[in-house]
Amino acid sequence: MWSFSNIANEIHTWLSSQLPPIWATIVEMVIAGVAVIGLFAILGLVLVIMERKVAAWIQIRLGPNRVGPKGMFQSMADTVKLLVKEGMTPNGADKLMFNVAPFIAMIVAMLLMAPIGFAKDFQLWDLNIGVLYITAISSISVIGILMAGWASNNKYSLLGAMRSGAQIVSYELSAGLAILTIIVLTGSLQLSDIVQAQADGWWIFKGHLPVIIAFLIFITAVTAETNRAPFDLAEAESELTAGFHTEYSGMKFALFFLAEYINVFIVCAIGATLFLGGWMPFHIGNWEGFNHVMDYIPSSVWFFGKTFFLIFVIMWFRWTFPRLRIDQLLNLEWKYLLPISMINLLLVTLIAILGWHF
Amino acid sequence: MYRTTDILTSSTSGDMVINVGPQHPATHGVLHLVITLNGETIKKIEPHLGYIHRSIEKMCESLTYRQFIYVTSRMDYLSAHINNHACALCVEKGLQIEVPPRAQVVRVILDELTRIASHELWWGAMAMDLGAFTPFFHAFREREMINEIMEETCGARLTMNYIVPGGVMMDIHPNFQKKIKEFIVLYKQKINEYHELVTGNVIFENRMKNIGTLTAEQVISYGCSGPVARGSGVKSDIRKLYPYEIYDKLDFEEALETGGDSYARYLIRMREMEQSIKIIEQLVDNIPDGDFQAKTKAVLKLPKGEFYTSVETARGELGVYIVSEGGTTPYRIKFRSPGFSNLSILNDMVKGGKIGDLIAAMGTLDLVIPDIDR
Repeated sequence: MWSFSNIANEIHTWLSSQLPPIWATIVEMVIAGVAVIGLFAILGLVLVIMERKVAAWIQIRLGPNRVGPKGMFQSMADTVKLLVKEGMTPNGADKLMFNVAPFIAMIVAMLLMAPIGFAKDFQLWDLNIGVLYITAISSISVIGILMAGWASNNKYSLLGAMRSGAQIVSYELSAGLAILTIIVLTGSLQLSDIVQAQADGWWIFKGHLPVIIAFLIFITAVTAETNRAPFDLAEAESELTAGFHTEYSGMKFALFFLAEYINVFIVCAIGATLFLGGWMPFHIGNWEGFNHVMDYIPSSVWFFGKTFFLIFVIMWFRWTFPRLRIDQLLNLEWKYLLPISMINLLLVTLIAILGWHF
Repeated sequence: MYRTTDILTSSTSGDMVINVGPQHPATHGVLHLVITLNGETIKKIEPHLGYIHRSIEKMCESLTYRQFIYVTSRMDYLSAHINNHACALCVEKGLQIEVPPRAQVVRVILDELTRIASHELWWGAMAMDLGAFTPFFHAFREREMINEIMEETCGARLTMNYIVPGGVMMDIHPNFQKKIKEFIVLYKQKINEYHELVTGNVIFENRMKNIGTLTAEQVISYGCSGPVARGSGVKSDIRKLYPYEIYDKLDFEEALETGGDSYARYLIRMREMEQSIKIIEQLVDNIPDGDFQAKTKAVLKLPKGEFYTSVETARGELGVYIVSEGGTTPYRIKFRSPGFSNLSILNDMVKGGKIGDLIAAMGTLDLVIPDIDR
């Protein structure tokens, strides 16, 4: 069966036969790094064109349709435009912070790629505290946004950054609690363990209602964490023109833009891994024939299929709902989502202890 | 003009002063609001006007009574037809011209179509203020049909200039009735889609209910009119209070809500669209035969005196006040535009609210800046 793991293994055997072990490892690291950057760029382009096409479909328009077949190369043309644009730094801005902020947003998004299992045995870094690592690193992204807002010397940016800070810090709690439910059920922080535990069924099917509730809370919270509509208060263009990146132009703006889309991909990938079985195929109990057919679909297709489905849902949110107000946003988190997810976590713990899940 | 304290510097008390506009996505034009903020909470709003002042009133003084109507299309460009109507009514009142019934009916049908088109655009733009983009495109799909009807009959899509003193400029297009009937059928399906997409949405209701509440006293003291006044339960529909053309013979209701909040104003406009459809349905099959224009002299001269008429535009009461010295041009013209009074209540409306409230509440005022500045 064609799969990523075979390719990875072949490269590993070939390198080991050609080079001493230490050099083989270094070359593998370089290949992995280049692969991540390549994936990063491709994902950014694909997600931007996907967002525009989904938006066009919902809004009864055609969307981009000039560059390449069906406008598929539009985002590449946009990238070229952004690359050659002048990167302005406004007067009175804190130049160092202003210029560093987009890179922080970008680096955070790149670091989060490491522990995600893209396919069977295809994972850059299967560290034993994978979930903890993800929740810890994703908190850093708020620093990039706050720096951008503060250093821009623009009141709109400042307001946007202020909103974003309040929002990301609060929604991390319920996202974390939703992730905890799966950790309680699995008993491991390692992402490969979590995927393996779903070999006989995904958690969203095995864990009864509490896991479904946790999944819904997770989707809501990560939508807020990635500053996507209906929680896009940090850049609410009808209120704050463009929020924290009002003053950014050219490639520095593009980095924020890319980081946003990569973050969407990552949170959806985590959602797919935790709740929808990662790269595990869809199996139904004793239907041997059906399960066998499902096994023939490559694991990478399963993973990306689930992830892109969740991305589509998040895009669907954006083009359907109006935006919340800042106090309503915080009320939703502190008065509803947080208590619900705490009680939910207790229920899941009970289920895990009594072994009621399938 | 600008006072020393406010424009670009923060005041000494540590409040943040922020300029919304003249170029800002939410002001739908060149409105400039100077907002004093305490965190996210609004302490004071000061609108600054004049960025699109074209001295239309002064221009009208050097144009004849036939010509000045065309300039008024550029005031409230979303209800250009109704502006023309108001001016034509005022001239007809001065000259005591009897407008043929056919012209009256066509004028009213087009008035109501204009009202629907304007409210459609408002609906989409207000949803966009709240952060939902999709309604804008859905609204434009239906508005496009109205624009096509206008294009066929009037020859223009936005600034119609179809009304002349004494009637309408030319006869209606053969497709006029057919297209309007098609539109009514389509619209009745789509209005449900509107309610599904926006009205019933929980986030939308939370953003609109109990926001920007206005009492009837406030509305009256600021001279607000149109849906803003009716949202607070003040009967202000000129079509009912001082009926012009054939409105007194038509069966329609004045939409009234008592809430006074943004949601009430929203519902008023949605119901007004339905009432407009009802009016058009009554008229579209009953366009009488006959002349579309009364016989008038080549050069119109209003008798010496003062003349005032008012009509109900999509935004409220539009008054036209002409002072004539007996010549071919008006001595003085004054337009009482609905937008100006409606904007002046903004500070009372959202003081103490959040920035998001300002945008949502300002959206329900349905401001058209060229109408305010003229």
